[in-house]
Amino acid sequence: MKTIIRSISLAAALGAAFSAQAKLNLVATLPDFGAIAEQIGGDQVKVTCICRGTEDPHFVDARPSFIRVLNQADVLLEGGAELEIGWLPPLVNNARNGRILRDAPGDVRLCEGLHLLEVPTTTVDRSMGDVHPLGNPHYWLDPLNGKVIAAHIAGKLGQLDPANRGFYHANLQKFNERLDAKLAEWTRQMEPFRGTKIVTYHKSFEYFADRFGLVIAGVIEPRPGIEPTPGHINDLIPRMKASGIKLVVIEPFRPRKTPEYVAQATGAKLVLVPVMTGGHERTKDYFSVFDYAVAQISAALKPSP
Amino acid sequence: MKLRTILSVSSALCLGAVALPAQETDQLQQLQRQLRQLQETFEKTIQQQRQQIEALQKQIDALQPRAPGAAPAATPPAPPTAVPAASSTPAAPPVPKPPWSPAAPIQVLGGQRAYLNLSFDALFAAGGSTADDLDQLQFGGHDPNQRGFTVQNLETVFEGKVDPYFRGQASLVGHTDASGDFHFEAEEAYAETLALPQGLQLKAGQFLTEFGRMNPTHPHTWNFADAPLVTARFLGPEGLRNPGARLSWLTPTPFYSELFLAVQDSQGETAYSFRGGGGHSHEEEGHELFFGRERVERDTETLGDLLFAPRYAVSFDLSDSQTLLLGTSAAFGPNNSGEDTCTQIYGVDLFWKWKPADHHGGFPFVSWQTEALLRCYQADAYSNDANGNGILDPDEEDVFGDGSVRNLAGETLADWGLYSEVACGFRKGWVAALRGDYVTPQKLGQYELDYGPDLDRATRWRIAPNLTWYPSEFSKIRLQYNYDYRDHLGPDHSVWLQLEFLLGSHAAHKF
Repeated sequence: MKTIIRSISLAAALGAAFSAQAKLNLVATLPDFGAIAEQIGGDQVKVTCICRGTEDPHFVDARPSFIRVLNQADVLLEGGAELEIGWLPPLVNNARNGRILRDAPGDVRLCEGLHLLEVPTTTVDRSMGDVHPLGNPHYWLDPLNGKVIAAHIAGKLGQLDPANRGFYHANLQKFNERLDAKLAEWTRQMEPFRGTKIVTYHKSFEYFADRFGLVIAGVIEPRPGIEPTPGHINDLIPRMKASGIKLVVIEPFRPRKTPEYVAQATGAKLVLVPVMTGGHERTKDYFSVFDYAVAQISAALKPSP
Repeated sequence: MKLRTILSVSSALCLGAVALPAQETDQLQQLQRQLRQLQETFEKTIQQQRQQIEALQKQIDALQPRAPGAAPAATPPAPPTAVPAASSTPAAPPVPKPPWSPAAPIQVLGGQRAYLNLSFDALFAAGGSTADDLDQLQFGGHDPNQRGFTVQNLETVFEGKVDPYFRGQASLVGHTDASGDFHFEAEEAYAETLALPQGLQLKAGQFLTEFGRMNPTHPHTWNFADAPLVTARFLGPEGLRNPGARLSWLTPTPFYSELFLAVQDSQGETAYSFRGGGGHSHEEEGHELFFGRERVERDTETLGDLLFAPRYAVSFDLSDSQTLLLGTSAAFGPNNSGEDTCTQIYGVDLFWKWKPADHHGGFPFVSWQTEALLRCYQADAYSNDANGNGILDPDEEDVFGDGSVRNLAGETLADWGLYSEVACGFRKGWVAALRGDYVTPQKLGQYELDYGPDLDRATRWRIAPNLTWYPSEFSKIRLQYNYDYRDHLGPDHSVWLQLEFLLGSHAAHKF
């Protein structure tokens, strides 16, 4: 009996020693959060993402394998603001992991501390479509929000792994410097198009447009999450013609038929812009999401010679 | 401090004025002068402070990220203190503050509460059938079961975190039966642990047994308007559910693998193949027969008289777009055919789903779900001739309604069946699905050979195609056709139009 107890305690001690040296296991709901976490955590963290960059982040399948992944997580990086409400709660409830439950040390809601756009100022009901009562949750498409997200993650990693706090902080500095340089470049590229009106499919590009001075003057969905109707499209087309809108921006996973029809009817260009890291072969990290978006949009808006 | 001086001075003044009306005017004037001076200083200070506040407010506005059109109520919470670099966010150019308007919202301070998530789901059907015995044709308790309209399921769900340890859920359900009577019941009410160590989870209360894919789910999540024949026949029209407890273990494997064991009561109409009975037909006169014999009174005496339901489920992500979930379940418990007879039900289930990595709103997708079940029911020997004299005496009941005396031998009745359904979401909001059902006895019972077929066991099958349109995630309209074939009764055709709406909190989708 004694030997058993001894071997159990030995195993426990070994386990503790091992886990003290093991990498922090981060699970990110969206690949962008994961990409930023990789920049900050470097080789001290292991990052797993639930949503794929190519898919509609509102409709991720709650695959059972994610229960397993969440069961092992030290930190859950979630967007909050009800972005993942359709699929994350049953996964977390079944993960049996106290480290990532609400308000536990590993529960990180990245919307906290951000200035969310389109926070409803009136009572919301579902006749308005899928309006998020806490504000538009597609906030990672503003690079400055990326900085706050990175700071949030660095703070959390430093708190959970104090030994490497300096490392995380240094990575954060590097991330910020790189992002500042990139932001200056993107702003310069987008500067000629400040005030240009565009049309999107879903309210996914509000933060991007806000940062780079584009004006979203119409949406192909009549209401968030509601499929386009002929009535809405027949109303949108003359409005686009009247205000001379020449660009329709959609995520690659949207159906093309209606946007193509709208673009054709108005003489506008249709551009596919991935909204997440990994959404396209050229958007492998958080920076290249903007590199690609800025390149695509500025190329489309450039007056033809 | 100054305010206090003013107050004491003015109160002294009042007292003086009341108590000593004939005081020297000099003193009065002096006091009045003092008061004036103090008032002036006070107002000046207030004004200075107001100016300082406004100046600070302007600075704050200038430093905030730009948000054109955002109302003041949209001010976000302060960044978490753990954020060391929040100050490194470059200041955006100042935006003029929108002028005050009476229509501007008033911010009521305080966080949001989510103590209880409440939702209400209504499921109705309209349609008709060539069959006259719709309660038998549509055997599931929530199936469309009338020519005309059926209230299939009105479900109110309460859900929320109880405390840091438990999550609670309860569903109150009502529906109409084939005779048009409305029934209301507390279908489920249970608490589930949130974070037991070692991957364990405990659930306690009243709940649908985790047997296969279909049984633990509620009708509004089904791909069809009615329950599969095999689950309705073996697990009961209302599904297998009872008060009890369930422990599950998420095994430490690299893939998802979970082991369940439920222990529940084995009696009541929600333990149909066990100590079932009672229920809807209870009030009616006459005799309810199960496999040709009356159910006996049987109490719970030992632990072995409870229902035990183990399950094992395992899942693999076959590729970036394909997921497979396999499960095997069993349910063991006593039945009330006799004093020591029991029932065993075994099931295997499969669920496969393809959904491309670039789906839009969850579409397109193809899913395939199949369950096969085997039930072994020990039927006890039975006779309605208590004294064994071969005739029905006045004190012996006419159980079979024809004055006959029947002596049934004990036997084990084995039945099996399966269903298989394919659903294809071909564009956003549109799903076409097809299901095949089959259920049959492994061999006829002796009582059937002796006294004629038992429709509760007779072979039957069904083919059901349908088309569903989801205008949003919160409503659906479904048109379904059923081709039924029942041994001894022949074919029947039914058409059902189904409508669902959901109010309240967003129901997350389980896989």
